[in-house]
Amino acid sequence: MSGPSTYVPKSAIGRWFESRLPLMGLVHSSFIAYPVPRNLNYMWTFGAILSFMLVAQIVTGVVLAMHYIPSATEAFSSVNDGIMRDVNYGWMIRYMHSNGASLFFLAGYIHMFRGLYYGSFKPPREVLWIIGVIIYFLMMATAFMGYVLPWGSMSFAGATVITNLTSAIPLVGNSIAHWLWGGFAVGGPTLNRFFSLHYLLPFIIAAFVGLHIWALHVAGQNNPDGVEVKDVERDTVAFTPYATIKDVFGLSVFLILYAWLVFYIPNYLLDADNSNIANPLATPAHVVPEWYLLPFYAMLRAIPNKLMGVIVLFSAIVVLAVIPWLDRSPVKSAKYRPAYRFFFWVFVLICIGLGYLGSQEPTEGLALIARIFTFGYFAFFLIIMPVLSFTEKTRPIPTSIADAVLTKTKTAAVTAG
Amino acid sequence: MIRVKFSALAFAAVALVAASALAALAQDEAEQPKPPRQDWTFSGMFGIYDKAQLQRGFQVYKEVCSTCHALSIPFRTLADPDGPGFTEDQVKTLAATYQVTNAEPNEKGEIFKRPATPADLIPRPEAYPNDQAAAATLGKAPPDMALLAKALKYERGFPWFVFDALPGLEYQEMGADYIHAILTGYTKPDDLQWNLYYPGHKIAMPQPITNGAVDYKDGTPPTLDNYAKDIAAFLSWAAEPNLTERKRIGLRVMIFLFVFATLLYLTKKRIWEWVH
Repeated sequence: MSGPSTYVPKSAIGRWFESRLPLMGLVHSSFIAYPVPRNLNYMWTFGAILSFMLVAQIVTGVVLAMHYIPSATEAFSSVNDGIMRDVNYGWMIRYMHSNGASLFFLAGYIHMFRGLYYGSFKPPREVLWIIGVIIYFLMMATAFMGYVLPWGSMSFAGATVITNLTSAIPLVGNSIAHWLWGGFAVGGPTLNRFFSLHYLLPFIIAAFVGLHIWALHVAGQNNPDGVEVKDVERDTVAFTPYATIKDVFGLSVFLILYAWLVFYIPNYLLDADNSNIANPLATPAHVVPEWYLLPFYAMLRAIPNKLMGVIVLFSAIVVLAVIPWLDRSPVKSAKYRPAYRFFFWVFVLICIGLGYLGSQEPTEGLALIARIFTFGYFAFFLIIMPVLSFTEKTRPIPTSIADAVLTKTKTAAVTAG
Repeated sequence: MIRVKFSALAFAAVALVAASALAALAQDEAEQPKPPRQDWTFSGMFGIYDKAQLQRGFQVYKEVCSTCHALSIPFRTLADPDGPGFTEDQVKTLAATYQVTNAEPNEKGEIFKRPATPADLIPRPEAYPNDQAAAATLGKAPPDMALLAKALKYERGFPWFVFDALPGLEYQEMGADYIHAILTGYTKPDDLQWNLYYPGHKIAMPQPITNGAVDYKDGTPPTLDNYAKDIAAFLSWAAEPNLTERKRIGLRVMIFLFVFATLLYLTKKRIWEWVH
């Protein structure tokens, strides 16, 4: 898929520049001439959507940072009086940033579930998948720190809960917690350093996204039939205009959802408690993180022991990185794996269930269900995947992408005619 | 085999959760009713604030609530055409009736007070310069009302919270409904701190306003229900002054995006014709 570019600029000045820095050739070979399987569905547009959302978050974030004051006494006012009231269109930039984070995660989850369903993590895309897990972890860290910055009640409570996890580490836990806080509890120093890191991490994410796209272009895209490209002529189409137009269209639909959130229900995902300024003496009645962290919050609360809870929490993310070695089925796509497909959808329900449980107060009954679901989450990776690799009876896969596409159009023609 | 057993187990688990949730819900409703939903001019995709209502709401704040509650918004915002829409002169005159501490000392080095200007924030009640002073006198510090309408919420429960996000059914006025409910929820005349809608029913604020407390000049009936509606609308504006402009821009953005997405779809179809 990758190789030296064949691009020759048409103008003399273009050739002059290209011989010194082959930037245009890079863009040409990566996003114009680059071959893409012709059977991709809209689940493959989320990579482009995510890239757009990263840029959107960085742009809105940099503008917000011009007006934000990272001090415990002034942060809340700088957001709610300064940015929201005084800054021209500050309310719009703030809402774009806070709702953009949620949509960033929505697109990210769809992107990840696509990978699980179609086996995009299988050889030769293991490193691509692992880089993706790293990006996911960095996203969670960035989002967590970003949520602390407005210094509302829930910001403070969330910061306290998550930073307290470090104190669970035996021997050095308390020292690490104090080092992280810059004091003996969450306070001004914590806020200031979270602001610095929140500004830094997205650029580290961008670097990993660069590696992610590079690793992707070496192996080439996976596709809904899970059959590798055999004949570039028959199986693929050029990225531009085919994938480009699909990505832009997918993005425009996604932007409709984004605009609906920003302009009509901007406070829907905002916890009301965060409109109260942080008060160390007054904890909110129900402490909950943002929706995209709820499943992990449910798992953390499900385990009665603090250290075990922290270990389970981190294992839930680390286990994602080892999936390429847990699922060894030679068939990539769940289209041809009926048993795996069933368990995949059960897993989706478990994730949604864990998310719901994370938002509720942990009663006895709900805690038990949370434990069952946590077990189910790990069972999907550690039990179902390896077992199915060897015992599953898969459906026959198509011989090539071109054949898969032709059979689809033939069946469509037969049923129509 | 495994498939059947798992489905049965999953179904049983869901049924169990649903049954227990419904039982808890039924009992809760009787003991702790949810604030009833009111009609607001600013709800829905095209709803905006009613200027006259906001002006009445400000009057209620000034004559009743400002005794104890701060409202830390700049005076100049009262002249916002998308908000109460007072004239600049009205705002200047109003501001001048308040005394504020100047940020810098004078040439003699003395901290002094001066009449407020439209750029200043509406000052806190004089009697309670900070939360501790308020709590000492009143038992609990009355919250600043600038963001109060955004800071109040109640459990919507499943599946209502899903519908609250959908176009046509969207529900962003929880704060306003809550404020209206609290003000009209003092249903026990012998216990002025018992409130039907406040969680736990014991509220630190005794009934602040009753029928006829404020003299409306535009002919609106001076009933508690109207006071509650007007102050709730005013506080919604104070918390969310961008609403009118936001929905105006939003409509143009949505129309543009729908047209753009349609054009892109048609272009995509045309381009991909060449492949098959």
